Amino acid sequence: MGKKRVMVVGGGLAGLAAAMKLAELDIDVDLMSLTPVKRSHSVCAQGGINACNEQTRQLGDSEWKHFDDTVYGGDFLQHQPPVKEMADWAPRVIDLMDRLGVTFNRTHEGFLDRRRFGGTLYKRTAFAGATTGQQLLYALDEQVRRWEAAGRIKKYEFWDFLGPILDDQGECRGCVAQDLVSMEIRSFPADAVVVATGGCGLIYGRSTMSMVCTGSAVSRCFQAGAKYGNPEFVQVHPTAIPGADKLRLMSESARGEGGRVWVPRTPHDSRAPGDIPENERYYFLEERYPEYGNLVPRDIATREIFDICVNEGLSVETDKQCVYLDLTHIPVAELNRKLGGILEIYEKFQGVDPRLNPMKIFPAVHYTMGGLWADYQRTAEGGLEPGSPRNQVTNIPNLYAIGECDYQYHGGNRLGANSLLSCIFTGLFTAPGLQNLLESQSGAAAEMDASLFESERKRHQDQHDQLLRRDRGGENPYLIHQELGDVMTKAATVVRRNEQIQEAYQTVSDLEARAAKCSLSDTGNWTNQNVVFTKALQDMFPIAKAILKGALQRDECRGAHYKPEFAMPSLESTDAAGRQAEAEAWCDRFEANNEKWLKSTVVRWDGSEPDIQYEDVDTSLIEPRPRLYGLVGAEVIMEVWKARRAKQKAEKQADPNAAATVGS
Amino acid sequence: MAEEAREGRSSKDHFEVRILRQNGPGQSSYWERHRVKYEHDMNVISVLQRIAAQAETVDGKSVAPVCWDCNCLEEVCGACSMNINGRVRQACSALVDRLLEDNPSEIELQPMTKFPVIRDLMVDRSRMFRGLTRVKGWVPVDSYENMGPGPRQTRATQEVAYPLSECMSCGCCQEACPQYTKIELTRQEGESEEDFSARKNEAFDRGFVGAHAISQAMLFNSNPTGKNAAGERLDALMAEGGIQVCGNAQNCVEVCPKNIPLTTSIARAGRATTLHALKKWFDE
Repeated sequence: MGKKRVMVVGGGLAGLAAAMKLAELDIDVDLMSLTPVKRSHSVCAQGGINACNEQTRQLGDSEWKHFDDTVYGGDFLQHQPPVKEMADWAPRVIDLMDRLGVTFNRTHEGFLDRRRFGGTLYKRTAFAGATTGQQLLYALDEQVRRWEAAGRIKKYEFWDFLGPILDDQGECRGCVAQDLVSMEIRSFPADAVVVATGGCGLIYGRSTMSMVCTGSAVSRCFQAGAKYGNPEFVQVHPTAIPGADKLRLMSESARGEGGRVWVPRTPHDSRAPGDIPENERYYFLEERYPEYGNLVPRDIATREIFDICVNEGLSVETDKQCVYLDLTHIPVAELNRKLGGILEIYEKFQGVDPRLNPMKIFPAVHYTMGGLWADYQRTAEGGLEPGSPRNQVTNIPNLYAIGECDYQYHGGNRLGANSLLSCIFTGLFTAPGLQNLLESQSGAAAEMDASLFESERKRHQDQHDQLLRRDRGGENPYLIHQELGDVMTKAATVVRRNEQIQEAYQTVSDLEARAAKCSLSDTGNWTNQNVVFTKALQDMFPIAKAILKGALQRDECRGAHYKPEFAMPSLESTDAAGRQAEAEAWCDRFEANNEKWLKSTVVRWDGSEPDIQYEDVDTSLIEPRPRLYGLVGAEVIMEVWKARRAKQKAEKQADPNAAATVGS
Repeated sequence: MAEEAREGRSSKDHFEVRILRQNGPGQSSYWERHRVKYEHDMNVISVLQRIAAQAETVDGKSVAPVCWDCNCLEEVCGACSMNINGRVRQACSALVDRLLEDNPSEIELQPMTKFPVIRDLMVDRSRMFRGLTRVKGWVPVDSYENMGPGPRQTRATQEVAYPLSECMSCGCCQEACPQYTKIELTRQEGESEEDFSARKNEAFDRGFVGAHAISQAMLFNSNPTGKNAAGERLDALMAEGGIQVCGNAQNCVEVCPKNIPLTTSIARAGRATTLHALKKWFDE
C-alpha cells in the first residue's frame, strides 16, 4: 500500500473534500490544479447549501423530500440512488462543515440560520453571508493545508492536466500534466485519478464561470474514451449582471431573501424605478406562479425573464435585455447581514447601490448538469453502497469523476444550493471506495515499467512542440473563442430550435477546423499562457459538439432543455368535460414522451464526432410525474394523473407477474 | 508638451495602456505601450484580454501577449492583484471609466513588487500560503466522521469571524506593508525540487508573516474548537518574522479590497501575544 497514490485533478470543493478524506484514510494524494486551490471556481458560489434540518423537519420536511425536490426539479433525469444518498448525507455534510469552522450565519439563539431557495417550499439552505462557496472552500483548503504540512498531500498548483494515461488493458495508470510556469511536461503514475475539474462555461464565451472553467480536463478524458452524459443540459441562471468580460452571478439568495422580479407594464418606461407605482409594475413571476412566486426553479425563471424581454418586449432598457430584481423594500441592515457580499459585487461592478435601486439583471450560462458518465453501486434500499469502488468511476477503470464534472446528481436542471452539496458529498463519499480499490489492486502504478509513462509524456511533448513551431499568420485563438461563444449562446441556451442547432453545428465544425490552424503569438517556453489557452480552446470543440448534437436529437422539453416546438400545452377548454378530455390527452402524451425520452444521453467521442446512445434512467424510488409549475390546468392534469397511477397500481396488484417485473 | 502629446494619443475611442513587463525571473523589466479600443463597461481584465488578442504594441510591433493571473473576475478569488495607476488592487474590479477619469492619458499596470515576478504581471505568492501554514490556519478537528454539529455560536461571534474569513490571500496588504520585503530565491544547479522548496520555506519562515496571516491566526483563535491550538498560533506570531515586525503603518487595512479589519486583528494579536508571553514566563 505504501507506494500507492491517488491523483486528484481539480482543487474546488469536490477535489479538496476527496483529498482530505483520502489523507485521513492514510492514502498519499497528489492534488493538481490550474490555479492555487484557494482560488478555485467554488469561491463564486454565493447562496448556500441545502440540507433537511431540525427546523424544517418539524414542518414535515425529511431527507426524502429533499431527494424528491431534487429529482422533480431535475425533471426525473437523474438515476435516483445517488441523489437519495446525497440527500441522506446532506445534514451530515453541513455538520462537518460547521465543525471545520465555516462561518455560517446564526439565529439569535446560536443555531445555523436557513434561507429558502428555488424549487422547494422549505427553508433548507444554510449560508455564510452571500459568500457560502468561498467559506466552504476555505474550510476545506485549510484542512488540505493541514495534511500538506503533515506530508500526506502534495500540491501541484499551476499545472494543466493534459490527459489520463491508459495501459494496454485500457485501465488508467496516471496522467500527463504540464507546469504552467516552466512548461515542463511530466507523467504522474497514480493508482487512481479523480477528475474534479468543474464545468465548461467558457465554451459559451462569457458565462458566470471562472476563467479556468474551460472543460479541457473533462474533454481530454472524453477524447481518451470516457463517456459523457447529458451534455445538452446546461443551466442558464436567471439572474446575472451583464459585463464585458464576464456575466457575474447575482445569487438566487437575493430572491430567497425576498427579492422581487418585475418590469414596468409600459415598455421601456422612462421613469426611475422608484417612481413607478405598484399597479404599473408587472411582477410576472408572482403572477404566473402564485405558489412559488419568485422562487420557481431556475429553468422556469430563466425562460420567463427571456420571454418577457424577447417576446413581450418589456425589457427595462431599449438597447439591452434586462429586468429589475428589486430588494429596496428590505431594510438595509438586514440586506447587509444576509446579502452583503453579493450586493457589494453589484455596487462595485455597476456603480449603483442595489439597496436603494433595483438591480438590472439577465440570464447567463451558469452550470453544466451534464458531465463525465459515472457509475454507482445500488443497495437494496435504493441508496449507494458505501465503500464500493464502483461509485463515481467512469467507464475507464481507475478514472473517477466527482463534483460538477460528473453527470450524476442534477438531471435536467439543478436546484439552487444543491451544487455545493453534490461537490462535497461526492468528494467525501468516493474516498472510502478509492481506498478499497487501492487495496484490491495487485501492484502500484509507480512500480510499473516506465516506458508507458515516458511514451505518453513524449506524445504530449511532441504535440506541444508542434504547436509552438506553427508558422505565424494563422488563426487567432482568442477571436475563435469569441465566435464559438456567440454561436453556442445563440443556439444552445434558453430556447432551442432544431434548424438553428443544425446551423450552429456546421459553424462549430468550421471553427474547429480553423482552431486546428491557430498560430501562436507567443512561441516561448516560459509561462506561455497563449499556448495553454490554444490547447484549451481546441479541446472545447468535442464538448461543444456533444452539447449541440445532444440538444438536436432530444426532441422534447425537459429541465433546462427547452424546444418550443415540443412544449407540453396548457389546457384551453373552459368546460369541465373538455378539460378532463384535454388532461387525459395531456397525460397520454406525457407518458409516451417519457417512454421515448426519459433516458440519459450518453456520448462517446469517435475521434472526430460525438456518437450518441441512450440509457435507461433508474427511477425506481420516485415515479416520474408531470412537472407542472405554473401550467394552466395543472390541478386537472394532476387529478387525471393520480387516478391513472392508482388504477395501474391496482392492476399490478391483481396481476402478480406484472408486479414482479416492476419491482425488479 | 510631452503631456499634451500623450493626451493626443488617448483619443475618445481608444486609450493607451503602459505595462511594466519582464520576461522571466531575474531578468530586467521594460515598459511597453498598447492601444486599446474603448468599449462600455470595461475593466482591466477585459483590457488585458484585448491586448492578448491583438499581441501588438502601439508602434505596431508584434509581441507575446502580456502574462497575468486571474480567475473569478468578481473579486472573490484573489488572483488578479497588481499595481494599477500606482495602487495595488484587483484588476477585475478596476473599471476603465474610473481609471480614465483619474488619468485620461493612460492606464499604468505594474506587477506587485513584494513578490518575485514570474513573468510580466504574474508573481509568485506561495509565501502567503506558507504564512497560513506557519500560523496553523485551520480548525484541528479529530476526524471527518459524522460527529454531529459543531459548538453552538452566537450571532455576535459569527459577525466578528465572518469578515476575517473573507480574506482571499490576494496579497494587497503585503504589497502595501513597509515591513514586508521581497524574498526571491533561485533554484541552484543540481538542487532537487524538494530541497529548493524546503530552502524557500525556511527563508519564508524567517520573513515577516504579514497582516493576512496574523488576522487568520485571530480568526482560528476565536473559533470554539480552533482555540485549542491558540497557544501554538501565538508562539508562531512571537517567533522570528512575527507580529513584532509590524511597524503599525496601517497601510494594510487601507488597501484591503475586502475591508477586513486587519489592524483590529493585529491589535488583538498584540495583546494576546503579550499575555501569552507573560503566562509562559510565570509558568516556567
